[in-house]
Amino acid sequence: MIELIDVHKWFGDFHALRGVSLTVGEREKVVVCGPSGSGKSTLIRCINRLDVHQGGRIVVDGVELDDKVANIERVRSEVGMVFQQFNLFPHLTVMENLTLAPVWVRKLPRAEAEDVALHYLGRVGIPEQADKFPGQLSGGQQQRVAIARSLCMRPKAMLFDEPTSALDPEMIKEVLDVMVELADGGMTMIVVTHEMGFARRVADRVVFMDAGDIVETAPPAQFFENPREERSRLFLSQVLAH
Amino acid sequence: MKDPISLALNAFLAWAHENLFGSVWNTVLTVVTLIALVSVLQPLAVWALAAAQWVGTAADCRAADGACWAIVGEKYRWILFGRYPPDQHWRPLVAMVLLVGAIAWSLDRRRWNRSLLALWPVVAVAFYALMQGGAPGLDFVPVQRWGGLPLTLMLSVIGIAAAFPLSVVLALGRRSRLPAVRALCIAYIELIRGVPLISLLFMATLMLPLFLPEGVNLNDLICAQVAMILFSAAYFAEVVRGGLQAIPRGQFEAADALGLSYAQSMRKIVLPQALVHVIPPLANTCIGIFKDTSLVVLIGLFDLLGAAKAALADPAWHGFPAEVYFFAAAIYFVFCYGMSLYSRRLEADLAKGAAR
Repeated sequence: MIELIDVHKWFGDFHALRGVSLTVGEREKVVVCGPSGSGKSTLIRCINRLDVHQGGRIVVDGVELDDKVANIERVRSEVGMVFQQFNLFPHLTVMENLTLAPVWVRKLPRAEAEDVALHYLGRVGIPEQADKFPGQLSGGQQQRVAIARSLCMRPKAMLFDEPTSALDPEMIKEVLDVMVELADGGMTMIVVTHEMGFARRVADRVVFMDAGDIVETAPPAQFFENPREERSRLFLSQVLAH
Repeated sequence: MKDPISLALNAFLAWAHENLFGSVWNTVLTVVTLIALVSVLQPLAVWALAAAQWVGTAADCRAADGACWAIVGEKYRWILFGRYPPDQHWRPLVAMVLLVGAIAWSLDRRRWNRSLLALWPVVAVAFYALMQGGAPGLDFVPVQRWGGLPLTLMLSVIGIAAAFPLSVVLALGRRSRLPAVRALCIAYIELIRGVPLISLLFMATLMLPLFLPEGVNLNDLICAQVAMILFSAAYFAEVVRGGLQAIPRGQFEAADALGLSYAQSMRKIVLPQALVHVIPPLANTCIGIFKDTSLVVLIGLFDLLGAAKAALADPAWHGFPAEVYFFAAAIYFVFCYGMSLYSRRLEADLAKGAAR
């Protein structure tokens, strides 16, 4: 489904990804964790080319990401992304946020797109907010709208870039619940997060990154109970200390 | 229970006490300001109203002490229409009504769609055809004889309407990832901004014809219009660019991540937000363009101000320039203040839409 082969990325002199290889199969859920600056956000941002990799190959659902705009737009329309800062469109209502891409990219008739939107708003638990503007919603509600916005494109995979890091603590659960439900429904997911409970609950594999490289890949039980690498142990002792 | 008048009076006195005479320093400022205002406004009011000559001949005016508004009554057709043949004055009048009507129609946000884009070229051509004539029943009137308010309106309205879309392209081009496009747009904007409008007007009338294929003759008015458009676009472009810079990167990324094309993400996500941010400076630029049209008098066209000046040349009415300029200034003010009011309303409407 998603294949990264020896991917390199530099920001100026900074070597952000140092030859990362990762394969994610269909319906697989991968949680990526690691200290800040380890390259985990950059990794998933390369998968829909928000960041451009400078070495290696990335193939998504049989489409290789290169300079061809058609390829890039195709991959982006098949892979949903949820951001830390939600990035809803503040000048559009919730309904318009949800129907924009289906209508303009998928060429869905508006009425049909609105049906789809209402369906997914229902699934994320806020069908009654369709006519509000994003600024009128709480952070947790906004992030759920953002998830619904991606789902309206009926993506084959979803990328989550620290989806709960900007939320007040009492709102984290409502967003994680939606993500758990999505995982249980069989969505292919790559999630960058510090929520270790979520990783334990849904991940097929945990990928631990440090300094631009993958240090360890393991099933969650093994990763949390018995990490192989010293750096993994150090990281876990820091995030699980309290 | 007190009557409403004394209630209002009490409220006013309370307001005045708090805001105008709240402290010693405040009281001093209020008194000084009042004295200054009265000493300026009182003679002005006497001149403009009490001692003014409203109707009559030039001789009546010379006998009176105040303003000679009679000259405006005598010359208003000259000021409004310039050297356009007097028996044909209905044509510029209808053309102006057409233009102002099209503006009024376009003000409503609900009508901002594709048909509006189609409407404007039609209006521009109809305006031009009606003014120029040449068909049976409409005498041919060369542009050298056009003048006054229709000319000012045409240069500014068509200038703004054509320059704005061009400026959006320039602003986006200036932020393009393609170095050649970026360099071209920067060069255009900086070159045009770095040159006075008046020199652009001269260059347009002298140089534009040199670039045209043989047999195509552009009159001075078209050249001036082109110069106005090119000039305004550079200024608009920098305002639009300011708006683009205020849009957080996350908006671009979210649009990209959904698979929207560049054109779609600009049109649906970025520009609607960017332009709302810059309504005040956009209105400012529009007002500037409207007033800058008065420079065309230097290439021999009689815009509103030029026609007003020409109206003063009549020896029979010699000696009352202030009244005529006052009249012309009042017309400029009405249009400019209208733009200002509209921009404020638009800003408030759009802010209401996206309550944050």
